[in-house]
Amino acid sequence: MATIDPRVQWQVENLLARYVHALDDDRLEDWPGFFSSTGRYRITTAENHAAGLPLCIVQADSPAMMRDRVAALRHANIYEAQGYRHVVSSTLITRAEGAIVDAVSNFHVARVMHDGATLLFATGRYIDRILLGDAPLFEDKRVLLDSRRIDTLMAIPL
Amino acid sequence: MAATPQTPAWPQEGLTRVPYWVYQDADLYRQEMDRVFRGRSWNFLCLAAELPGPNTFRTSDLGDMPVVVTRDAEGAFHAFENRCAHRGALLVFKPAGSAREMACVYHNWTYDLTGKLTGVAFRRGIKGSGGMLPDAQPDAQAPRQLKIENYHGLLFGTLADGMPPVEDYLGADVAEKVRRVMAKPVKPLGGYSQMLPNNWKLYMENVKDTYHASLLHLFFTTFRINRLSQRGGVIVGGDGGCHVSYSITDAVKSDDYEKAGMRSAAGGFALEAPEVLDSVDEIGDGITVQIVGVFPGFVLQQIKNCLAVRRVAPRGLESTELFWTAFGYADDDQARTELRLAQANLIGPAGFISMEDGAATGFVQRAIIGAGDHQAVVEMGGRDVASNESRISETSVRGFWQAWRARMGL
Repeated sequence: MATIDPRVQWQVENLLARYVHALDDDRLEDWPGFFSSTGRYRITTAENHAAGLPLCIVQADSPAMMRDRVAALRHANIYEAQGYRHVVSSTLITRAEGAIVDAVSNFHVARVMHDGATLLFATGRYIDRILLGDAPLFEDKRVLLDSRRIDTLMAIPL
Repeated sequence: MAATPQTPAWPQEGLTRVPYWVYQDADLYRQEMDRVFRGRSWNFLCLAAELPGPNTFRTSDLGDMPVVVTRDAEGAFHAFENRCAHRGALLVFKPAGSAREMACVYHNWTYDLTGKLTGVAFRRGIKGSGGMLPDAQPDAQAPRQLKIENYHGLLFGTLADGMPPVEDYLGADVAEKVRRVMAKPVKPLGGYSQMLPNNWKLYMENVKDTYHASLLHLFFTTFRINRLSQRGGVIVGGDGGCHVSYSITDAVKSDDYEKAGMRSAAGGFALEAPEVLDSVDEIGDGITVQIVGVFPGFVLQQIKNCLAVRRVAPRGLESTELFWTAFGYADDDQARTELRLAQANLIGPAGFISMEDGAATGFVQRAIIGAGDHQAVVEMGGRDVASNESRISETSVRGFWQAWRARMGL
């Protein structure tokens, strides 16, 4: 594999860091802004992915659908107050051609409930296609959960 | 765990009360596994289409009892207990796969895909020593066989003898609503499961509670997605444990009207991409939402064009695993598949209209911990178990308890 320009590696990791801090800081309104105008976001399970089955737990085919999800979380859906703490690591750039970069990263997400109950809520991989530029953006973000089993409900995006 | 009354007796009010000890009593839970799930009930196992051909298997549950569902070399369906005749180990632990036979990993006893013991490792020993005596009966404790019925692509299983056919178990009116969804061969689109922090019955009551739908789930009303007409209703079938609720949307179909109506709504919220939730009346009867609940733990849903089965697996007194499998029709084109996948945003643990169910039933379990001698009040829509045109009713919840009490002798 060709050597990855350290600056590209840094841009990708910086995008991921800013992304997870926005979610963990409850800046959900900023979430769609990490995607390009044609960006897609999907959460599915490794089991569905391996079986070639297309069902997702969350599927947003456009930033508009992401903004709709944020509006639903803020104004319609009912769930107990909770937050996440993401740990992202082992970001591996699998392809870099011009301004398009594919990367895979590991993540752990702890969910912290309002009463203090803390759970290792999700582990898995981010499989990302990123458009570099002045402000790198996700063109496609797939969240592949290691487990098919979700505790109680999944309100906030991963 | 809350204290259990010495001799629980059902409240005098009958079907309009549910005593909270039914969600808290560990002895009762064990009895339910035998009398409800392994008693005179048809349990949904999986979609027939989840076993795509001969020599395939999939694991499922009969209450807390693990089972294997198979298709043999001829393609015939079988189901049996996932327990080796020898020492009781699991025969299969993968959720699904292909196999020509089953081999217990513990001591390599083998089974064919009908669940029949076909081989005992070293049965005659080695070089004349070891092994079993000639009169041994290694299959004396064989895994139990289920009776199964493939009802229009839905595989049901039971351990009971002499069960009525699934169609009679559902009741004619509920069965008709099942068939309208299962009218064509289906293809699975994927699945996931959800751990609910509550007794299994609280989830099935939630499914059968048509009263909560527009009160707990605010997504449709907040975003004015559909103006549901008053048409629809709830039908109770079988011995009360089976039901269908359905609603028919107004004939107003213009996207322009929808969008203009929503955006102009004073103080309201609007979706930017509501069109992904537009539904196609593919069955042709105008029903846009239909939920079928089958005692003890099966749900068949049509929410717009999102079709799915849900299977309830008790995982302990206060823990329930809910398995979701979404599906389409085998002859769907790509556009129809994409529509179903986009509308799957409505369902599951992150679903716009089902997210709350994972929480609300847990709220009950948490709140009643000190109230084992108190009762839930179930009087919406009267006191009986009967079909009703209004969904402001708890008739199918009462039906659930009618079916449960008959099996439990309570």
